[in-house]
Amino acid sequence: MTPVAVPEVTVPKEPSSRAAPRADNRLKMLEATMKRHQYQADALIEVLHTAQELFGCLEDDMLTHVARSLKVPPSRVYGVATFYHFFTLKPHGEHTCVVCMGTACYVKGAAALVSAIEDLAGIKAGETTPDGKLSLITARCLGACGIAPAVVLDGEVLGYETPESLCNRVKGWLT
Amino acid sequence: MDTTDLLEIAERERAARTPRRLRCCTAAGCLSQNGQALKAALIEAVKTAGLTDSVEVVGVGCMGLCSQGPLVQVDPDGPLYEKVTPDQAPAIVAALNEPSAPADDVRVGDPTHPFFAKQVPVVLQNSGKINPERIESYIEVGGYQALCTAVREMQPLEVCELITASGLRGRGGAGYPTGLKWSTVAKTESDRKFVVCNADEGDPGAFMDRSVLESDPHRIIEGMAIAAYAVGASQGFVYVRGEYPLAISRLKTAISQARRLGVLGAGVFETRFDFRVDIRIGAGAFVCGEETALMRSIEGHRGTPRPRPPFPAAKGLWGCPTLINNVETLANIPAIVANGPEWFAGLGTGKSAGTKVFALAGKIKNTGLIEVPMGTTLRTIVEEMGGGVPGGGSVKAVQTGGPSGGCIPAEHLDTPVDYESLAQLGSIMGSGGMIVMDESDNMVDVARFFMEFCMDESCGKCVPCRAGTVQIHHLLTKLRSGKGTARDLDVLRELCEMVKQTSLCGLGQSAPNPVLSTLRYFHNEYDTLLNDPMTPATKPLQTSTETR
Repeated sequence: MTPVAVPEVTVPKEPSSRAAPRADNRLKMLEATMKRHQYQADALIEVLHTAQELFGCLEDDMLTHVARSLKVPPSRVYGVATFYHFFTLKPHGEHTCVVCMGTACYVKGAAALVSAIEDLAGIKAGETTPDGKLSLITARCLGACGIAPAVVLDGEVLGYETPESLCNRVKGWLT
Repeated sequence: MDTTDLLEIAERERAARTPRRLRCCTAAGCLSQNGQALKAALIEAVKTAGLTDSVEVVGVGCMGLCSQGPLVQVDPDGPLYEKVTPDQAPAIVAALNEPSAPADDVRVGDPTHPFFAKQVPVVLQNSGKINPERIESYIEVGGYQALCTAVREMQPLEVCELITASGLRGRGGAGYPTGLKWSTVAKTESDRKFVVCNADEGDPGAFMDRSVLESDPHRIIEGMAIAAYAVGASQGFVYVRGEYPLAISRLKTAISQARRLGVLGAGVFETRFDFRVDIRIGAGAFVCGEETALMRSIEGHRGTPRPRPPFPAAKGLWGCPTLINNVETLANIPAIVANGPEWFAGLGTGKSAGTKVFALAGKIKNTGLIEVPMGTTLRTIVEEMGGGVPGGGSVKAVQTGGPSGGCIPAEHLDTPVDYESLAQLGSIMGSGGMIVMDESDNMVDVARFFMEFCMDESCGKCVPCRAGTVQIHHLLTKLRSGKGTARDLDVLRELCEMVKQTSLCGLGQSAPNPVLSTLRYFHNEYDTLLNDPMTPATKPLQTSTETR
């Protein structure tokens, strides 16, 4: 990815602000998903999946929009969005580092990976750096136990990581 | 579409085969080890060598031995290359000219190793052999024949009886007789019925279902369709974890291929049986593996369980009778219909028929997937097939059943693996994750790890689970930091029993299992913490209880 050539930018690049000009298009895609499910309340989870995929996270406006469209109380939409780990109400950083904390990864030292990144970036698991560069997330189990400990860096699954190798990969994102 | 058409497709597929094939694993484990680049490099190397007419590079599903990935198998009868890198591709292609000599400098696997030799593949029959993204590839190995036979030549009741006779039990963990479940749904009168495939493989350390979905998705669809025919359902759902994007995409491909071919949809195999399958993607909640919670989630609600009865077989999705089976259970169905119930009952032990897929992980040399007949001993699985602890350490315990299971100590390694034997040891079969622990693993930490998991994953509906798991976790943390007293241990045990007896669903009822089983077999590790309050939490404990 080529960096944007505006050095004085101070506002963190959030998915929501970044994609504002295309907002119409994304709303149309969300609309299409709801239409495919005939605006049935049963499809709430599918619709939220699509919304998060398109917008990066589920902000309050979005939850209200979904609630109105599917004719369900906002409380139910909020309840579902906060029940499932997959949904996030805050935008992730520019880069994401997901560390698998499944049993196999745990016995192979996944906790050390998490603390290494925590120290490196100065954030706790589940947080995003203040400049919006990196989010550190822990996952339940990626099902990649054969290559434990496993991490996912920006969607790419990597196995047999050590605190050193992982820090070397992530370091570049923080500058 | 009938048997003849299926045979024709299979014949065409066989005729189109090149004399030599390079099977390249494209399941998640190998993909994360640069598998995609390797496949591209192999295709390129074949092109450069001018062999495109005689050699085909096929992306296949999981070949089992994930720790040695990426794997490449040369067909027919060629070597299995391990840990292949893209720059080794030309050497592999060059070596194709001399069938007897494998390529230099590329590691070759030993097919006679117990890891391969002791396996009895039923569920994993086609894994790593067929291209999971082509329905023709599945039909070539006899796929959809069982469904065709079932819907065209058998009565629904006969199918139920056949499954009952096979002795198949649910592979999701509890081991409920599958045939009985089917018959119950079949007998319940209703206009609408549903079949659900539970692919919400939430147990950390288990990846069998992911592998089956990625390697052989049509098998699940066929199993579901047979189940739907037997119980009289016309709509199916696959509830699959959101964490498995590759499995979801392959399943989607498979469903649309099956629909196009007339295997799914209106009039399956030109009969009056209609069946449609939809995918529901989970959103990361462990409790949704519990069947009533799973149904709530399919209906678009928070995934919280409800008391049973009524069981899903009577009142399931939208109040209609619903059959819920696990991925592996459904994957057994086509083989049972094709080979007959006697064949299946002949595998495994009396009360636990058939085979079971296990995911070997943790401190073990050969991590990966294996399928063995029920009744195989843990020792055979862990030491012979798995190769034991890397670096020559000794096995301390084997954890089965994930957060609902227990830790089986090394002295019980000779236990045959079946539902009853594992339950006797205070563990469960579970979905099939097997995590090997060695001397450096502290069992109190392990118990605490699982309790933290259950605490986070408790849905909060019932008090024993919601509050009990927090209290147990708190006690374990206190013990681990060396501040615990003997009284805390008593409270811990009492609390565990209470949570076990009074929780609403399986999550809470089984959450104390890891604590209880470690208390039972590794009591000294708890005691040591009491006697030596200054034990630092980061250092592995030295205990006197070591089993050998």
